[in-house]
Amino acid sequence: MKNEEKDISHKEDLLCFHCGDICKDKSINKEEKIFCCQSCKLVYEILQENNLCKYYDIDNNPGISPSIRSDIKYEYLDEETTKRQLLDFSDGKISTATFSIPQMHCSSCIWLLESFYKLDPGVTHSQVNFPEKKFIFRFLEEKTSLRKIAELLDSIGYEPMINLDATERKSRELYSKKLYYKIGVAGFCFGNIMLLSFPEYLGIDKAADPMFYQLFGYLNLILSLPVFLYSSSEYYISAYKGLKSKVINLDFILFLGILVLFVRSVVEIITQSAAGYMDSMSGLVFFLLIGKVFQSKTYESMSFERTYKSYFPLSITILKNVTQSTVPLAKLRIGDRMIIRSGEIIPADSILFKGDGNIDYSFVTGESMSTQKVMGEIIYAGGRQIGSAIELEVLKDVSQSYLTQLWNSDTFTKTDESRLQTFSNAISKYFTIAILILAFGAAAYWMSTSINMALNVFTAVLIVSCPCALALAIPFTYGNVMRIFGRNKFYIKNTFVIEKLSNATSVVFDKTGTITQNKKSLITFEGRELNEFELSLVKSLSRQSTHPLSRKIFDFLERYETKEVTDYFEYVGKGVAGEIEGLRIKMGSEEYVTNKDSDIHYNHENSSSRVYLSINDVILGYFNVSNSYRAGLAEVVQKLEKNYSLHLLSGDNEGERGFLQSYFKDPLQMFFKQTPDNKLKYIKALQNEGENVLMIGDGLNDAGALKQSDIGISISEDVSNFSPACDGILNSEEFPSLPNIIKFSKDSFKIIIFSFAASFVYNLLALGIAVDGLLKPIVAAILMPVSSISVVVFCVVSTNYFAKRRKFK
Amino acid sequence: MSVIVVLIGVSVFVAVGFLIAFLWAVKSGQYDDRYTPSVRMLFDDEKKKEEDPK
Repeated sequence: MKNEEKDISHKEDLLCFHCGDICKDKSINKEEKIFCCQSCKLVYEILQENNLCKYYDIDNNPGISPSIRSDIKYEYLDEETTKRQLLDFSDGKISTATFSIPQMHCSSCIWLLESFYKLDPGVTHSQVNFPEKKFIFRFLEEKTSLRKIAELLDSIGYEPMINLDATERKSRELYSKKLYYKIGVAGFCFGNIMLLSFPEYLGIDKAADPMFYQLFGYLNLILSLPVFLYSSSEYYISAYKGLKSKVINLDFILFLGILVLFVRSVVEIITQSAAGYMDSMSGLVFFLLIGKVFQSKTYESMSFERTYKSYFPLSITILKNVTQSTVPLAKLRIGDRMIIRSGEIIPADSILFKGDGNIDYSFVTGESMSTQKVMGEIIYAGGRQIGSAIELEVLKDVSQSYLTQLWNSDTFTKTDESRLQTFSNAISKYFTIAILILAFGAAAYWMSTSINMALNVFTAVLIVSCPCALALAIPFTYGNVMRIFGRNKFYIKNTFVIEKLSNATSVVFDKTGTITQNKKSLITFEGRELNEFELSLVKSLSRQSTHPLSRKIFDFLERYETKEVTDYFEYVGKGVAGEIEGLRIKMGSEEYVTNKDSDIHYNHENSSSRVYLSINDVILGYFNVSNSYRAGLAEVVQKLEKNYSLHLLSGDNEGERGFLQSYFKDPLQMFFKQTPDNKLKYIKALQNEGENVLMIGDGLNDAGALKQSDIGISISEDVSNFSPACDGILNSEEFPSLPNIIKFSKDSFKIIIFSFAASFVYNLLALGIAVDGLLKPIVAAILMPVSSISVVVFCVVSTNYFAKRRKFK
Repeated sequence: MSVIVVLIGVSVFVAVGFLIAFLWAVKSGQYDDRYTPSVRMLFDDEKKKEEDPK
């Protein structure tokens, strides 16, 4: 299947056999296969034991490096209430359930997951739905359990994402099925009506065989009923909803057009005056529904509506009368004593009761340094405990905690409807009024001649002016743009996002994780190789300092122990020194550590900095800390600067203000130490000044701002992973193409305006004929599909052309 | 000419049959996943592989 790729991978032999990551050395290997880490090797061993090595034959390096976490995570799956929610079916012996596994990415994954019965004999059947990243399985209750399956999946790298509120998904599935039914019915009727209208198209004299003429007419009438009553029902509902909230939307004009077409055709068929326009009506509905499907492409595997609930654990261990038990998060009460283990997120504001708190709030604030907490201190929800397990007493309900309160603000309760004042809605209002005036005017003009003629002209105007071009241009243009974005790793929630994106006036960036990279592998040590003890000394010292470089080194050395530092001193702008277990350690600039003059302190060119290290005055070498800003940031800012006002909101401290100033010229628009609430308010303030705000963020700390902004885009290293509620998810690799994305959305808006103008001219010409009462059924029957198809072709071809010009795939 | 009436009856009958087939296909979930089956059918059966000396 992928022979070419195989050849390449043989040349670069330092790729992990399991996951394809670059291996640092060949130390982790088995049977001439190299692995990047122990966990990858472990997965290989599991698969090998179970005779599943074919996994590696289907695709190259298909594996996923599993995360190293304790199996405690899935304990809650043993609980009855949780189980009942997750099982699709169970008779006590055999159960079926569905997990969502965002990590699956290739045909090897499908094969392995569908061979799951080999790994766990309790699983009798398993099936994968790849586009939705779903894993559906049936298992024997007595041989295995949900928890065991989840743990096993996790151990081979496929971490299941368990979401308890799956109700939303089901309604969407139902909707898309309904749309297919409607298209099927409309297509069937359209085709048959066309067939039965052939004699009419060919101009066969109706006087020759009136029986057939009548028969065909009534058959057409019967065939058009399902289209009129069923397939187009959505437009009636939407038009009614619009009228109820006093908005004339595009669907209202479509409704008017369909209604007039149908009524006039019925009258013509019954009175046998003419053949009617049933073919045009069903054709119009058919094309419109196809446009709907084209537009409604969704990225099912991604969630754009995540709230804090998706980040928090589903259940929590509590301590009651010395016995531990797990309860679902919703049942956590004030006063409960909960146990938080290393790596777990604290779900509610609470007081530290026992143990050493070392809380990492990076998730909430973007601040990457963890904070120490001692007994009796209040710990806010959203922090992640690092180190040993701690005991906490719950102070506030989950929904009332400091972090989660953000979701109680108006921004999250109000629906999107009010902001959906789209171009099409704005224009349809004037369009409708103009058409109605024109129709009545023409009718009044002909009234003096004959009432029949007046009615004829009145309906003809409404039929011809039916803005099907506009109704088709929007879904096909935006639907195609959405697809092109998707190919370029920018995934949007729906097509409205494109229009809103083209209207943006200012761009707000978050710092941590958005314009900086999260990867920690950007640090290397040059010099003598350091042993574990020395590295833990370095970590202990760097922990004391808040300088960005110290913090990066601290983060880099995550897995080493920290020791107590005495005699600590920080020389601002130079370095730090301290004594650990009798050893004198110095870290800092070359000048400071080596006492030599040097001109390389900070090198903007290769954007990396060096931190020298000495222990007992022996210089061991330096850490090369490369700049963690995203590649292409300078160009992105440069390109956007011309047309947009740029802002930076960071939860971090001011450590890098100086450096950022070289990017963001205006210091007034750069804010540090922003809380999630501050960010939300800042966006609101901008909007009050009339700006259309595009917010680009990543973490939970940006959730409020992303939601409040007109368009919130979240940047993610792994699109299937964490991302808060937003309108679009951009893969971090594609960050440099951000200016092009905005430009392209503008292009697509222009395409719509152009096709609208073109269809307006076309309508005007047709109107001219109609007002004169010259429009023959055959002309209308031909013009209708031709204009529809030409609009669709124009939109798709021109978006593809612009995509090429903007260098999209 | 009246045979046309019969022919139209037959043609509509056949067309309705296809419409029902389509609706049934959608309902039974055949359009839910349009990708995975295309990959699944390429996997070899284990037993067959053993028999095959290649």
